[in-house]
Amino acid sequence: MVAFAGYSMPVQYPMGVLAEHLHTRASAGLFDVSHMGQLRLLGSGAAAAFESLMPVDVIDLAVGKQRYGLLLNDAGGILDDLMFIKRDLTSGADIFVVVNGACKVADIAHLQERIGARCTVLPCPELALLALQGPLAVVALQRLCPQVAQLVFMSGGYFNVRSSLAGASENIECFITRSGYTGEDGFEISVAAAQAGLLARALLAQPEVKPVGLGARNSLRLEAGLCLYGNDLDQTTTPVEASLGWAIQKVRRSAGARAGGFPGAALVLDQLDAATARRKRVGLRALERVPVREHTLLQDADGQPAGEVTSGVLGPTINQPVAMAYVPSAHAAIGTRLNAMVRGKAIAMEVVSMPFVPNRYVRG
Amino acid sequence: MATIQYTEDHEWLSVEADSATIGITQHAQDALGDVVFVDLPEVGRHFAAKDVAGVVESVKAAADVYMPVDGEVIEVNEALRADPSLANSDPQGAGWFFKVRLSKPAQLDALMDESAYRSFSASA
Repeated sequence: MVAFAGYSMPVQYPMGVLAEHLHTRASAGLFDVSHMGQLRLLGSGAAAAFESLMPVDVIDLAVGKQRYGLLLNDAGGILDDLMFIKRDLTSGADIFVVVNGACKVADIAHLQERIGARCTVLPCPELALLALQGPLAVVALQRLCPQVAQLVFMSGGYFNVRSSLAGASENIECFITRSGYTGEDGFEISVAAAQAGLLARALLAQPEVKPVGLGARNSLRLEAGLCLYGNDLDQTTTPVEASLGWAIQKVRRSAGARAGGFPGAALVLDQLDAATARRKRVGLRALERVPVREHTLLQDADGQPAGEVTSGVLGPTINQPVAMAYVPSAHAAIGTRLNAMVRGKAIAMEVVSMPFVPNRYVRG
Repeated sequence: MATIQYTEDHEWLSVEADSATIGITQHAQDALGDVVFVDLPEVGRHFAAKDVAGVVESVKAAADVYMPVDGEVIEVNEALRADPSLANSDPQGAGWFFKVRLSKPAQLDALMDESAYRSFSASA
């Protein structure tokens, strides 16, 4: 068990990090991610208000659809990355947001301060969050809730999950999205904390499902090319530097119908339009079998400083050391060779495209 | 029969005549989890006690392997380099790290025997 975001969480279960990682890629892993912040933005002004804090299209997102978002500070730096989904409520807008556990207190204060007058910011500490990830996640969850098969990647809705343990049968009300943090097909299940244990036991009773800890969560997300806030993103990195330009929809870019209008817009749009970002987040693969960890310094072929690794692991699925790093833009092209300085020795690495392991999302 | 001794850094030594075989303990491999990489010293290199002589990495963490006593590396375990998981499956056997020729055998007196190490690692 380790301290993480103010919670005591398991790095691994008895199976161990490697086996948990490989099991998730082959079958289905269950993650307790209840440390993450869940909150709702309520009221008819919620979408426009939320959009004023992110370079992302919130207004035109369809009900039932989920999207990746970035809260920015006034310098264009990333305060947090998050997922949000518009939910269908007859009483007006209800945007359900999941933010990083370590950022949730600051995020809620930021939302209250910046848009608290335009919509209701409602933290949901009474909710737990479970993630069921892997190619057989749908097989396992369908047994308890046949309707989830209708969801496609990045969509969600309310479902009753039927738990039948020890002869007792019970319906558990859940809000489920088909999304996750592993690159695999899978689901994130928001459930009342009081029923989370029952739901977890019902899922773990399925033959495909094993519990997975923080260690494998990290190696899975890294192989999938997904950022970890605090490592690969922080308040000094902009979306363009973080190679997250894909998260900025056209409507918010220069010449878009709702161009700009988010914190740091001038800088971020200039970086997009004029390629002025001085550094970029890239994927690196080591050419020999030596793990390259976070904070490892990089050098170019002439021995000059060329950035720093922000996450690194020996990827269990591809069985090679992989990493994310920030490098000067001149060294960010695919195929660029860099040296990672590990214990005084130069380990040759190559800039490669991410994800390191192909995504297997179900897009319908 | 070789004598097995232990360090506070969770290495073991098996001493035979003037040389010792060194590896990480069952307790250490258990704490590290799945070992995916080891860095072993060069044969012929001399180390002082407490020098970093190698590295062991799991998916979770990296740890230094310290030289328990002064000595010269006379052999490293190439099988472990090729299959680092031997450090998990047989840490005090096939998962040994390296062998040294002892320069100051008297340093062995400062190391723990098995029962002392057992109580040390239980309280660590």
